[in-house]
Amino acid sequence: MNERPMLVLENITKVFNRGSVNEKIALKDFSLTVQEGDFITVIGGNGAGKSTLMNVVCGTYPVDSGKVLLGGRDVTRLPEYRRAKYLGRVFQDPMMGTAPDMEIQENLALAYRRGKVRSLMPGIRKSEKAFYAEQLARLGLGLEERMSAKVGLLSGGQRQSLTLLMATLKKPDLLLLDEHTAALDPKTAAKVLSFTEEIAAEHGLTTIMITHNMMDAIRCGSRLIMMQEGRIIYDVSGEEKRKLRVEDLLERFRASSGELDDRMILG
Amino acid sequence: MSFLNALPGAISLGLIWGLLAIGVYITYKVLDIADLTVDGSVCTGGAVCAMLVISGVNVWLAVLIAVLAGAVAGLLTGVFHTLMGIPAILAGILTQLILWSVNLKIMGQANRSLSSRTYGVIITQLEAGWAILILFAFAAALIGLLYWFFGTETGSSIRATGNNPAMSRAQGINVSLNKVIGLMISNAIVALAGALLVQYQGFADINMGRGAIVIGLAAVIIGEAVVSFLPRNFAIRLAGVAVGGIIYYIVYQFVVWLGLDTELLKMLSALVVAVFLAIPYWKNKLIRKRAPKAASAPPPVPPESKEGGELHE
Repeated sequence: MNERPMLVLENITKVFNRGSVNEKIALKDFSLTVQEGDFITVIGGNGAGKSTLMNVVCGTYPVDSGKVLLGGRDVTRLPEYRRAKYLGRVFQDPMMGTAPDMEIQENLALAYRRGKVRSLMPGIRKSEKAFYAEQLARLGLGLEERMSAKVGLLSGGQRQSLTLLMATLKKPDLLLLDEHTAALDPKTAAKVLSFTEEIAAEHGLTTIMITHNMMDAIRCGSRLIMMQEGRIIYDVSGEEKRKLRVEDLLERFRASSGELDDRMILG
Repeated sequence: MSFLNALPGAISLGLIWGLLAIGVYITYKVLDIADLTVDGSVCTGGAVCAMLVISGVNVWLAVLIAVLAGAVAGLLTGVFHTLMGIPAILAGILTQLILWSVNLKIMGQANRSLSSRTYGVIITQLEAGWAILILFAFAAALIGLLYWFFGTETGSSIRATGNNPAMSRAQGINVSLNKVIGLMISNAIVALAGALLVQYQGFADINMGRGAIVIGLAAVIIGEAVVSFLPRNFAIRLAGVAVGGIIYYIVYQFVVWLGLDTELLKMLSALVVAVFLAIPYWKNKLIRKRAPKAASAPPPVPPESKEGGELHE
């Protein structure tokens, strides 16, 4: 495998509500290097900093200190919309990744132009439509038959599948999945997850997937990271990861701190 | 004056306010921003056009400059909102207040007459028939232009911005820039309506924009209802908004003809708009009452409860 770091996070610290009673250290001197082609699954309790990690990579929040490097470029100060050029994203909320009042094909056309300067040329060309239909057909949801339907008419699972397709339509340097199957029913979740793996493998996409499902975290990807209180407490890959069992992960959680244990049980 | 005699006047005034409402549609419906700049920028358009025509500038050039002045007003609101982080409603109110002073300075006094007998104007209420034809041409050209623009890459990205800002950012769209562009286009159209209004009525007045946003919203609401049975096409909706303006003024003429106190008209317009704005909210509440289960989102599940991959069947 090509050993080139696609994402480097260097000593990132992110504190919310600094100096107030609600101060929350979301990421504490956090460092992570993701090699090109890695598929990393991230697990951790509520408030472990998983989502903050995603948002820091995307540029949704500025960092307090540290550096974000994407494909060797320092993007720490780049606004969210300019980093989007390198990133494909699927959110936890199926409503967040698509424009509901726009057509399925219009949403795809917007995604197809990610990272491009948007001109006064037509927003969607006839020649693109065949390509979109072909891509939609892969989802097996029949969406290729209703490309001019408004996305708002689709179910959560359909919208999440579409978002995933949009995130990868133009091959991103890094695919970020923030618990993208958590809000779906089990059957749909499994379907979306299998499409995720299929598309990541097909393009050899560097992927970070946050999940609450430990089975998925073990089964998917090449590397697993467990986070707690803004730090990585367990980082495993290769043979060791393949041999992991859910019980091992739970043991890790328990071993790390009693306080966390309570919080996990209480939810 | 009989109701029928007043009809051509109502139609042309309605068309002018229909144009303004198309501007309101861009912010209110496309960008999802309630932009109160409108009350000021309609007068700015009128004032600029009137003063330029009075000073001997060609009327078409005067209209063009008025349109640009409206775009600058939108730019100001956009800068307040995006660069200075002021909520959109407040940003619009601030610009509106700024424009009150600016408009007075432009006109030099609170009222300026622009008689069609003295100056060459495009439309006048003395020839309402012609005015209707010309205004229809303006509306058709504007709708055509907007239909083309909102189909382009830039236009699509502006629609996406109003529809889902989080998604837009994730797709590399500069949401702030798009809001500014949308506000500029909207207020340029509103200023166009103002420039045509002063020519039509033969004067510019510092108070001519008071409540313009409410009339604009009324036209948008009426327009949406009128075309609700037609395919949901952008051009059809804009045309509906223009028709909404006409219907508003015909109803206005009608209640005036019935002998209603004209001083109460603004209040009634506002109340009617308030009720119509409430309808979607009430509808939602009713649906939620009828189906309490379906409407509630699935509760967030704590990590422990999903342990062991029970998501799989």
